[in-house]
Amino acid sequence: MRKRILALGLSAVLAISMLAGCGGNGGGSKADSNVIKIGVFEPQTGENGGGGLQEVDGIRYANKQKNTVKIGDKEYKIELVEVDNKSDKTEAVTAAQKLVDEKVIGVLGSYGSGVSIAAGEIFSKAKIPAIGCSCTNPQVTEGNDYYFRVCFLDPFQGTVMANYAKEVGCTKAAILTQKGDDYSVGLGTFFKNAFEKLGCEVVANEQYETGAQDFKATLTNIKSKNPDVIFAPSSIATAPLIIKQARELGITAKIMAGDTWENGEIIKNAGKDAEGVCLSTFFDEDGVDADGKSFIEGFKAYLKENKKDEVIPAVSALGYDAYNALVAAIEKAGSTDPSKVQEALKSVSVKGVTGDISFDNNGDAKKDMAFIKTVEGGAFKFLKTQKAQ
Amino acid sequence: MSLNVFLQHCLTGISLGGAYALIAIGYTMVYGILRLINFAHGEIFMIAGYFMIFATANLGWAVGIPLTLVATVALGVVVEKLAYKPLREAPRMSIMISAIGVSYLLQNLTTYLFTALPKPYPEIPFLKQIYNIGGLSASLVTFITPILTILLVILLVYIINHTKVGMAMRAVSKDFETSRLMGIKINKVISTTFVIGSLLAAVGSILYFTDRMSVTPFSGTLPGLKCFVAAVIGGIGSVPGAVVGGFIIGICETMMIAFGYSTFSDAFTFVLLIIMLLFRPTGIFGEKQIDKV
Repeated sequence: MRKRILALGLSAVLAISMLAGCGGNGGGSKADSNVIKIGVFEPQTGENGGGGLQEVDGIRYANKQKNTVKIGDKEYKIELVEVDNKSDKTEAVTAAQKLVDEKVIGVLGSYGSGVSIAAGEIFSKAKIPAIGCSCTNPQVTEGNDYYFRVCFLDPFQGTVMANYAKEVGCTKAAILTQKGDDYSVGLGTFFKNAFEKLGCEVVANEQYETGAQDFKATLTNIKSKNPDVIFAPSSIATAPLIIKQARELGITAKIMAGDTWENGEIIKNAGKDAEGVCLSTFFDEDGVDADGKSFIEGFKAYLKENKKDEVIPAVSALGYDAYNALVAAIEKAGSTDPSKVQEALKSVSVKGVTGDISFDNNGDAKKDMAFIKTVEGGAFKFLKTQKAQ
Repeated sequence: MSLNVFLQHCLTGISLGGAYALIAIGYTMVYGILRLINFAHGEIFMIAGYFMIFATANLGWAVGIPLTLVATVALGVVVEKLAYKPLREAPRMSIMISAIGVSYLLQNLTTYLFTALPKPYPEIPFLKQIYNIGGLSASLVTFITPILTILLVILLVYIINHTKVGMAMRAVSKDFETSRLMGIKINKVISTTFVIGSLLAAVGSILYFTDRMSVTPFSGTLPGLKCFVAAVIGGIGSVPGAVVGGFIIGICETMMIAFGYSTFSDAFTFVLLIIMLLFRPTGIFGEKQIDKV
């Protein structure tokens, strides 16, 4: 009898929570003509959950700063609809479909190229424009008129890092990438091509499984090839493991990676072993103008309010820019019709904190500058900007 | 491949195998007694990592280690009391699904509480001391892991074979109903099993994470799965089997990577499982199933 009461109680709780869930959504979709919805398509859990959440922070802050848009004479309130794609390509499709069902007029995200590529078709079929914040793989926008992005691309990033590696005197590189991850494998390949074009040699090209935690065997192989530099684009969760285990095995080669590594958690996890790690990224706090400064101040206060570290991750800045680009396009389109917003995005031009943003025919931001940073004294230190040749 | 590189790979493989063996014992013991595959075991291993992080941050590692062991044991027993005990009379499938539920619950709870960003694992200075022997370079923990594993297993086998509680465990694993009729307190025996399993998972967790230095809510998933495979290969229900299985998986995995097949290292682990199930379903040390009448 007791068990039955418990079961009844539990199912009641379940039913109520489901009703509550419906209520929350229902409130928004009620024919409230003064509200428009923007979808936030980001991983909040899973392998990239940490980085994804930082991107969401940037978007939430942008929404807090500017939560209305004027279309014609009418003032619309902008509501964010957040979905979690769980860093998983299958979940990404479900999450994207949910945004389509919610009738959003634009989508922001995602952190991680793989999930963006997986969901691209859904957005283009539904004719909803999407703006990627930090997904750098070319395939995200290729052949998809509805996907745009505000960051630079991996072929560019790979070339920049290859050039930089050569500049600091490295001639033999080892590449370590994550099997099946579009970002990691793509960036590794672009680095390899560029590095070989410069007349240098790639002595090892290793791959590891998603979720791997033990890199000692792989790194022992790499050590025996004696490279000058290890290029290991990977997720935030993987980075400290690679750095620490490499140093423990007595590998003294430089370690380099791409934009994902610009995250304080990596320094915290890898400690003094992180010293000297180099990476390319989208944004630097010292490289901004007056508008950028007010963003930095405001966003730091926002981070403090939410009890987070007061260091601005580049992905948050990109999230902020992507939001503003989308809002500018909605304003320009003068309509809540998603396909008109997509038309407007093609010609929109915004001054962002990560640089000026306008899109080329492919939907990529015309950006030709990367920031190279290194870890020194337990913090990221800006080294130089690098332009494409 | 030079001899030095080969020896370095062997060391890595044996050390990894030791940590796997400690976790695999948890799977095998619970299966032996309850006929339950405790899918939440990998998550208990992961949460032991978080316990260690918070205990050490506040109290230092000397207090942190015993505290972690106690907290992990408590978690293991609480999971058993809340999620498995009420289902003791239910069909075996229900309790297994309950285990999967606990696994997801713990994983998502930690994601919610600590975010998916990796947390740095505390450094235990003497374990992290790096030693160079010949051309080999590794921290003390890498050398200690297999030795400690073997010692703990010898102790465990002694407990099972030569103490009263061990005898009760063996009786329960042979026949649940009859041993109950003989006056064995089933619940106490089951709790003891979870205590031992969680304790070894906590030790394994300390060794594993000291060597790998960061914890995320997903750190337990893959090791958990591999250790389950290890337990099956060794013969689920058999403690020495789980240890041998753990070492086999750890060494094979490392050697696959060493010889340049890093892409297939995980696939190989699971192919090994399939082959084992096809040709010797009871595992290396498993007993032949005799149908009871």
